[in-house]
Amino acid sequence: MAKKMHDTPMLDQLESGPWPSFVTGLKREAATKDIMVDLLGQLETSYQTKKGYWKGGTVGVFGYGGGVIPRFTELKDENENPVFPDAAEFHTLRIQPPAGMHYDTATLRKFADIWDKYGSGLIGLHGQSGDIMMQGCSTANVQPAWEEINAMGFDMGGAGPALRTSMSCVGAARCEMSCYDEAKALRTVINANIDDMHRPALPYKFKFKFSGCPNDCVNSIQRSDMATIGTWRDNIQVNEQQARDYMNGHGMDKLVNDVISKCPTRAITLRNKADAVSGDSISTVAVDDQHVMQIENHDCVRCMHCLNVMPGALLPGKDKGVTILVGGKSVLKIGATMGTVVIPFMKMETEEDFEKLNELSRSIIDFFAENALEHERTGEMIDRIGLVNFLEGLDLDIDANMVTHPRANPYVRMDEWDEEVEKVSERKAAA
Amino acid sequence: MAELRAPDECGVPDPAPFMHPTLRKNYGKWVFHSHPKPGVLYHRAESGDEVWTVKFGTARQLDLYTIRLLCDLADKHADGHMRFTARSNVEFMVTTESKIDPLIKDLNSHGFPVGGTANSVSMIAHTQGFLHCDIPGTDASGVVKALMDELHDEFIKCEMPNRVKLSTSCCEINCGGQADIAIIMQHTKPPKINHDLVANVCERPSVVARCPVAAIRPALVNGKPSLEVDEKKCICCGACFPPCPPMQINDPEHSKIAIWVGGKNSNARSKPTFHKLVAAGLPNNAPRWPEVAAVVKNILAVYKADAQPWERMTDWIDRIGWPRFFEKTGLPFTKFHIDDWRGARTTLNASTHIRF
Ligand code: HEM
Ligand code: HEM
Ligand code: SF4
Ligand code: SF4
Ligand code: SF4
Ligand code: SF4
Repeated sequence: MAKKMHDTPMLDQLESGPWPSFVTGLKREAATKDIMVDLLGQLETSYQTKKGYWKGGTVGVFGYGGGVIPRFTELKDENENPVFPDAAEFHTLRIQPPAGMHYDTATLRKFADIWDKYGSGLIGLHGQSGDIMMQGCSTANVQPAWEEINAMGFDMGGAGPALRTSMSCVGAARCEMSCYDEAKALRTVINANIDDMHRPALPYKFKFKFSGCPNDCVNSIQRSDMATIGTWRDNIQVNEQQARDYMNGHGMDKLVNDVISKCPTRAITLRNKADAVSGDSISTVAVDDQHVMQIENHDCVRCMHCLNVMPGALLPGKDKGVTILVGGKSVLKIGATMGTVVIPFMKMETEEDFEKLNELSRSIIDFFAENALEHERTGEMIDRIGLVNFLEGLDLDIDANMVTHPRANPYVRMDEWDEEVEKVSERKAAA
Repeated sequence: MAELRAPDECGVPDPAPFMHPTLRKNYGKWVFHSHPKPGVLYHRAESGDEVWTVKFGTARQLDLYTIRLLCDLADKHADGHMRFTARSNVEFMVTTESKIDPLIKDLNSHGFPVGGTANSVSMIAHTQGFLHCDIPGTDASGVVKALMDELHDEFIKCEMPNRVKLSTSCCEINCGGQADIAIIMQHTKPPKINHDLVANVCERPSVVARCPVAAIRPALVNGKPSLEVDEKKCICCGACFPPCPPMQINDPEHSKIAIWVGGKNSNARSKPTFHKLVAAGLPNNAPRWPEVAAVVKNILAVYKADAQPWERMTDWIDRIGWPRFFEKTGLPFTKFHIDDWRGARTTLNASTHIRF
């Protein structure tokens, strides 16, 4: 039995209603844990005063420079003693989950037992970067809790100016849109660079995210410094039975209004069977006895819309790979930025392909480490130096897919025009 | 210190041993999915294997009783496996259709809402807030609990034109991320500087460097080194607060809540977009933030009534235009909606494209 609960009139109001209540959960833990009784006391105070009361500090585990988020209370009485002493230390251990966040119950039960023994009983599943957040640990308990978690085969996540915990979508495990093995890519890249996670020494954070297709279920363009997104080069695959099923279920108006007219590049045309066109780049599927739907794949931007609306009837092509975008981040300091294309397509099938991705990741981290200013993210660095300098630094080929449109101002020195044209021709000849 | 164990730098665990056996067996070999009913997804593999996924919401901040309860339920119904989504929903996989209804019944009886699939309002991506962040202007879990209580029906019913992703952030750093509707703390007064603390704790050059508008200057206050803020320049972003706790930006009254709409992460139809400011000045009214809930519900109701199937919030506004968005939602369009940050010109209407 823990000590007596503090009154929490404001938090109590969050126990009613149909959505599961975190307050009810915290109270359950408070029945046996003093740290949680006092955490509720401090949280209630925050609700009353609308102020936060945590400050950072330095707490870590032996051998690592990051991964623990230290929290010490700032809510002190006139003698500088914590008002809620049992929650005066409330640190979080960030733990990397299996790629795709799959669990068996034995593993989750072990986490629960460890947190019963050493922590507050509060586990966040998951943080916005994808960590298992083991929240509410005293300074003394951090090391023993960590050793038991590590013995389960789980490793610390990232914090501070370091490589951060990564995320991949469910992808190949349960999604027909998946264009590569996201989990393998994630593990290849993160595990090869794990030193940069555990010993923070970068200018600022660096995040990788991996989505199996352009639906980008883990928000990689907006939330990662380097986004790896599945795509394909050849024609969209079709399945006539599924296409006819769609028509039977939805009818012609849905096909026209929901699928064809919402294609962003007008790549889809509905034709009478007799008027069907043919060509290497055209996907054709009959939707009923009279009509075929035809996709001009050179016009398709792989946006996924028609595949999403007609699942199974339209599927990604066979020549699959990934697009790489660099430079996404949130607001600080120049405003939010999205990643932009640095490699339009690379294959991601063989061990060599994954090794190439790994090498690319390493060179981008190295370039960032050498060229970014303190507290500058990759996107801000590229804004400052220009994309071309970034590409040249990494020896990446210029490609028209990197821009929405070419330059619209003449403010540039172009006296090396002929040399550049020469380079482009050589590259074309070599390809 | 000799007994300290050196870490095993094992990195990210291989998901295969944790994965539901049917998912592992058909890895990379799925060919079809459908959405039989709210909260349930059906997937079929090339091999003919089938799997039904039942998705449900949680509080995200889980106590051990709840984690163990989830394990009991997964052992009973779902072969002892589960996975979590990026928005803190849980997915149980079953391999026979007849297992779905008893599972849903059991989940509902324990208070877990089943839904969040396809064209629903899914769980709100959120952050740490008062519970664990060192700079929050408001709470995260509480705002989400209060809003999801209000949006519960939209979570379990899947009646929206397309999926709706929400996020909340308890400061302008916006850890919650871009969303169809984002609810974000917006400070309206420059930081009040606690000069006594600056001299002790502050790395002054790094604070000066952090300000996006160069509003912070080193200064001598009462003979001690401190900082001063040019309040005319300050945009109240709060960026100086994390490196310098004496830069007190959070204010119980003047830290307000703003609503942003039209963010989209996916590449479907339009390119990904950032969310745009639509409302601000809403009070930070714990514990249930009713003013915020009212604005969000109103926007959702207008979108639900007006958007075409498959139009995300941004696609819909793209079609009807921003003026009509403000008209239809009754939200005022003010001078603050006109951008004056870098690149602002690209957000102005350089055409005669005007809808009447
Ligand atoms: C006797 C000397 C000059 C004369 C008579 C002259 C005349 C003009 C005229 C008639 C225009 C067009 C204005 C319009 O209708 O848009 C113009 C534009 C311009 N001039 Fe000059 N100019 C002179 C010297 C210069 C010099 C020395 C520079 C630069 C160092 C310069 C830079 C420009 C620029 C940048 C514009 C374009 C402004 C815009 O696009 O709106 N001019 N000038
Ligand atoms: C001591 C002499 C001068 C100084 C210090 C000076 C300085 C500047 C500066 C600082 C700018 C702004 C550059 C920017 O946009 O970043 C500018 C723009 C310009 N200057 Fe000068 N300038 C001088 C003389 C002249 C003269 C003699 C001419 C024309 C005969 C001229 C024509 C222009 C024009 C056309 C622009 C571009 C305006 C625009 O932004 O469209 N300037 N000058
Ligand atoms: S990103 Fe694409 S492949 Fe990955 S889960 Fe989403 S739809 Fe499936
Ligand atoms: S995937 Fe291609 S064809 Fe389909 S809607 Fe998008 S751009 Fe059009
Ligand atoms: S959004 Fe701001 S206050 Fe909220 S958790 Fe992130 S950094 Fe902390
Ligand atoms: S709140 Fe933002 S703009 Fe104001 S002084 Fe601090 S960093 Fe500068």
